[in-house]
Amino acid sequence: MNPSWWDWNHAATVFPLLLQGFKITLLATVLGTLIAVVLGLVVAIIRRIAPTIIRNPVTWVVEFIRMTPLVVQLVFANLVLSPYIESTLAIGIWVLGIHYTTYMAEVYRAGIDSVAKGQWEAATALSLPVARTWRAVVIPQAIRNTLPALGNYAISMFKETPFFVVIYIPEMVRVAQTYGGDTFRYTESITLAGLIFLVASYPTSLLIRRLEKKLA
Amino acid sequence: MDGVIGFFEKLGPNLEILVARMPQILDGIQATVLATALGGLLALVIAIVFGIAQVAKYAAVRIAARIFVEFFRGTSLVVQLFWLAFVLPQLPYPFGWRLAPLVVAVLALGLNYGAYGAEVVRGSIGSVPRGQYEAISALSLSPMRGMFRVIIPQAWALMLPSLSNLWIQLLKGSAIVSTVLLYDLYFRVEQVRDQTGTWFAFLFALLAYYLLAWVIVIIMNALEVRAKHKIGRGPALSKSWGMLFRAPGSVVKGGALV
Repeated sequence: MNPSWWDWNHAATVFPLLLQGFKITLLATVLGTLIAVVLGLVVAIIRRIAPTIIRNPVTWVVEFIRMTPLVVQLVFANLVLSPYIESTLAIGIWVLGIHYTTYMAEVYRAGIDSVAKGQWEAATALSLPVARTWRAVVIPQAIRNTLPALGNYAISMFKETPFFVVIYIPEMVRVAQTYGGDTFRYTESITLAGLIFLVASYPTSLLIRRLEKKLA
Repeated sequence: MDGVIGFFEKLGPNLEILVARMPQILDGIQATVLATALGGLLALVIAIVFGIAQVAKYAAVRIAARIFVEFFRGTSLVVQLFWLAFVLPQLPYPFGWRLAPLVVAVLALGLNYGAYGAEVVRGSIGSVPRGQYEAISALSLSPMRGMFRVIIPQAWALMLPSLSNLWIQLLKGSAIVSTVLLYDLYFRVEQVRDQTGTWFAFLFALLAYYLLAWVIVIIMNALEVRAKHKIGRGPALSKSWGMLFRAPGSVVKGGALV
C-alpha cells in the first residue's frame, strides 16, 4: 500500500544511502568527541595553572569560540583552509571538535573545582610533585564527575553534525537533502533521517541518565 | 588578496564596502534578531508548559510531555528545519502548508530548544528544597497557588543561568536558517565576501554574533539579579550593575547544551 504522500519504494531506495551518510555522522561524532575531550582538558589545565599573560588570551579565545555560531566557524575554516587541507571532512571534524573543546573545558573546570581542597593539601603534605598531583590525585577525581556531561555533549555533537550541510559534507542529512532535491521527494528521506537520529540518540541519553544517577 | 595580511592591507576599503552594504546587512541582522527573539519566546513557553507537565499529577500528562520532549530533543534541529520547509508542503490536505521562512525558523528553533528548556524547567522545579513544598501545605495554600507563588519564583532564579546558555545556543543555531531561505546575518555576510575577502567578512560576522550573544547575556543577567532579589537572595539591580557584565558561566549539571 502506497499512500500518495509516503512511497515505500523511495524509502527503500534512500535508506541504504542514509546509512552510508550515517557512517560519516558517527565518524565525525567519535573523532570530534576525542578532540574535545583531550583539548578540553588541556585548556582547563592551562586556565588553572598558566601565568596570566597566557591565561587571559586563552580565556578570551575560548569564550569567543563558545559564543559564536558553529555554522559560521565551519564555513570560515573551510574557505581559509581548503587550499591547504584537501579533506573537507577533516576540516569539519576539527572545527566541531574545537567548538566543543570550549564546552568541555568548562566541564573539566567544574570537575577540577569540585575536587576537595583537602586532596590538594594531602598531595602537598605527601610532597608529591606537581605533575603527579594532577595525574594521580586531581584528574582521576575530576574526570569521574565529568562523565555524564561528557556523554551529553557527545550526543549534542552528534545532533549538530548536520550543520556540516553548509560545507557540503555528505553526512546523513545532506544525503537526505540531496536525495530530496534530485527526486522532488523529501518526505521519506528527511523523515527517515530524523527517525535514525531519534533511534540512535534516545537510548544513549537513557544510558547517560542512568550513569548520572549512579555517580551522584 | 586574502589571508591575514590582506585583511590588514585592505581594512580601509573593506570598511567602506561594509558601510555601503550596510542596508542589506542590517536586514540580515533584523532577520537573525527576529528569529532569535521569537524563537526564544516560543522556546520559553514550550519549556515552561512541558517542564511543568513533566511533574504533573496525572501520569498520562507526564508521559505525553516526556514523549514530546524526547522527540524534539532527539531529532536534530537541522532535520526539523528541513522537515518544516521541505516535507510539510508535500503532505496532503489538510497539511501541505507552505510556511514563510521566518515561521519555519521560529517554529524549528522554538520546538528544538524549547524541548531542551523543558528539561531545565523540570530540573529546577525538582531542586527547590523539599521543605518549601511542606511549607505550602503547612500554610494550607492551594497546590496551584503554592506552585505559582512559592515554587516557580524560586525555580525561576535557579533556571535562568541555564536558560541564558540555551538562548545563546538558539542564536548560534539560527545561523543555519539560510538553508531554508531566511536571509539572516550569516547569509548577508556570505554575500559580501566576494568583495571584501573571506577574513574580513567572516571576522565581521563572528564579531556581530558575539555582540548579539552578549546582548542576551546582559538581558539574562539582569533577569537573574532581579529574580534573586525578589526571593531575598541578592542585592537589587540598582545596587549591582556590575553583575550585568558577568561572563556566562556554564552550568554543567543536567542535560547537555546547558
